[in-house]
Amino acid sequence: MPRMVLSGNYAQSYAAKLARVHVIAAYPITPQTAIVEKLGEFVASGELSAQFIKVESEHSALQACISAAALGARTYTATSSQGLLLMHELLHWASGARAPVVMGVVNRAVAPPWSIFTDHTDTVAQRDTGWIQFYAESNQEVLDTTLMAFRLAEHPDVLLPAMVTEDAFYLSHTVEPVDVPTQDEVDEFLPRRDVRGLIRPGAGVRLGSFTMPDLYEEFRHKIARAMERSAEVFFEIEDDYHRLTGRHHGGPLPTYRVDDADAVLMTMGTATTTARSVVDALRTRGNRVGLAKLRAFRPFPVKEVRQLAATVDRIGVLDRSFTFGAAGAAFTEVAAALYPETHRPALKNFVAGLGGRDLTPKVLEGMFKALLKGDGPEVDWPDLKRRAEVVRHG
Amino acid sequence: MARLTIPAEEYMRSGHSACPGCAATLVMRYVLKGLGPNAIVTLPACCWTVIGTPFPTTALNVPILDCAFEATGASVSGLRAAADALGLADVIVVGFAGDGGTADIGLQALSGMLERGTDALYVMYDNEAYMNTGVQRSGATPLGAWTTTTPVDATSRGKGEGKKDVMAIVAAHRPAYAATVNVAFPEDFLKRVEKTKTIRGPKFLHAFSPCPPGWRYPPEKTIAIGRLATDTNSFPLYEIEGGKYRITRKLGRARPVAEYLKAQGRFSHLTDAEIAAIQSEVDGRWARLLALETLG
Ligand SMILES: Cc1ncc(C[n+]2csc(CCOP(=O)(O)OP(=O)(O)O)c2C)c(N)n1
Repeated sequence: MPRMVLSGNYAQSYAAKLARVHVIAAYPITPQTAIVEKLGEFVASGELSAQFIKVESEHSALQACISAAALGARTYTATSSQGLLLMHELLHWASGARAPVVMGVVNRAVAPPWSIFTDHTDTVAQRDTGWIQFYAESNQEVLDTTLMAFRLAEHPDVLLPAMVTEDAFYLSHTVEPVDVPTQDEVDEFLPRRDVRGLIRPGAGVRLGSFTMPDLYEEFRHKIARAMERSAEVFFEIEDDYHRLTGRHHGGPLPTYRVDDADAVLMTMGTATTTARSVVDALRTRGNRVGLAKLRAFRPFPVKEVRQLAATVDRIGVLDRSFTFGAAGAAFTEVAAALYPETHRPALKNFVAGLGGRDLTPKVLEGMFKALLKGDGPEVDWPDLKRRAEVVRHG
Repeated sequence: MARLTIPAEEYMRSGHSACPGCAATLVMRYVLKGLGPNAIVTLPACCWTVIGTPFPTTALNVPILDCAFEATGASVSGLRAAADALGLADVIVVGFAGDGGTADIGLQALSGMLERGTDALYVMYDNEAYMNTGVQRSGATPLGAWTTTTPVDATSRGKGEGKKDVMAIVAAHRPAYAATVNVAFPEDFLKRVEKTKTIRGPKFLHAFSPCPPGWRYPPEKTIAIGRLATDTNSFPLYEIEGGKYRITRKLGRARPVAEYLKAQGRFSHLTDAEIAAIQSEVDGRWARLLALETLG
């Protein structure tokens, strides 16, 4: 298995190439562009035999993928921020049409004000669209998870679209050594799509019909069941991937030093790496803290969150986005998952790292300390600048 | 004995849920008769979403893929790409959309498909308003027409703006082929459809599609009104192939537009002066078309 030095963006491109996608449709947006530029090179050089549709918008990109998938093609697109928001209607179309489209998303803040930097608002805002969502911590994880996402999305019990996200610049533009499986390995792990496209030439079939109240609800329930089932299937797929490559990323909620922890912080994406080093540093100073990485946000790992909470008294949830009028989305999901439990840890929500603000070890350490002390508001924005107020009040 | 020029094969079933006299059913029927069994139809929100009948039934013997209202052009490109990638070369991809889904909200995706050169047929059935949502004006609604959003009352005389020239927009993309067709002239209609099968690249049909409830005329008059539209030069029949215009039905002398307008309730409020203004607009467009044809 060759080791390459890849950016997160190129990890996406290599994964799509290794998956031998039939159809790519994409539209450029910073910081996603390199993903599709590289795929364009692969197609132009003949390294990848795929149809690359240069669409005129993200909305069209996803429609093109959905329609191609309906005929049985393996499809891939990638976007970020405004592009993902423009796709929103089509995200629902994809899951409703049971189109196993795989999409790479570079997590980027939404405008206004303009920002091209890391923030999870774009993907968190899509949580109700019926897409499986994975958040990656490293470029290795980007590549591995994207390959797994194809298999998961196309699994006959699942047939749902999946997105694999990576933090803008921290992953998209940062190179790391990545072990890239060989084509033979990937072909074994991910055979060509078993063409069960619902649209078959010559057949009087229809996909997406007008549906009356007597049946619509059943269609939605089928998606709900498929999403639930995808959680089980993912374990099987990750085990298979492990057998093949020797790598396992620990399921939907991998944990770090939580066994005897007094307080655990839950993170998504690249903040996890910094938080891990903070855990080590705090432990050398005698603070029993641990870490849990929310790798899958959809389906939400309710079972794993409950297991974690059974042995921990304080959990902090770090959200790199905010749901206005409520709290961070991961926080409310964790709280909801724990409500029926008899042992309910104290919960705190940290909202930080928005619009590319660095989540420094100091800021993260502050979160662990606030957790251990148990003070401060339930929903805390611990890294706000006082200066912002000074500016506002002149 | 007259030769039967309309293929006998039916790809549209008798069971459908269109209004009586709906021309959009005939547009689909003729398009599919011309294309044959390899067609795959992709359909955005429009009357045909409903005409095609609810789940689990379908009105067609070929596949229908529903797509987002504004994304027909993209759906067409996706289907073509998949067919090519999967070795389904015989598949004929058809985008089938209303005037609103084509000329307004779907214009961007249509432009993308034409500019990309997708090998497919896009059919716009033009009933000159958003009919599925209950007769609201579209960019393709003609000047003076009543719709629910262009009322006729003390302050409003129906639509105050003219009809968007969709064929000109399409032509500006230099597609492989474009033509206007009218359900009132089925032989001509079929010739155009069959021609699209012989040409690679993006093809566009602008199909005239009278709508009894929306245009306020009795259902049995659909064909008569269709004929009047073309015979008055309100909806001329022509094709553009490789950039060259050819009028496919040329009349010795066109009938007065008033005959066409007066047959429909949506124009019943028009004064003689307003009708005269529409006549001169129609004459102007016809003269321009003749000039385009002579350009060769
Ligand atoms: C994004 C979006 N906006 C609005 C609608 C509502 N809508 C459904 S059909 C329709 C009108 C369609 O008009 P047209 O394309 O002219 O086709 P017709 O109904 O006349 O056949 C509208 C506005 C929709 N389905 N999707």
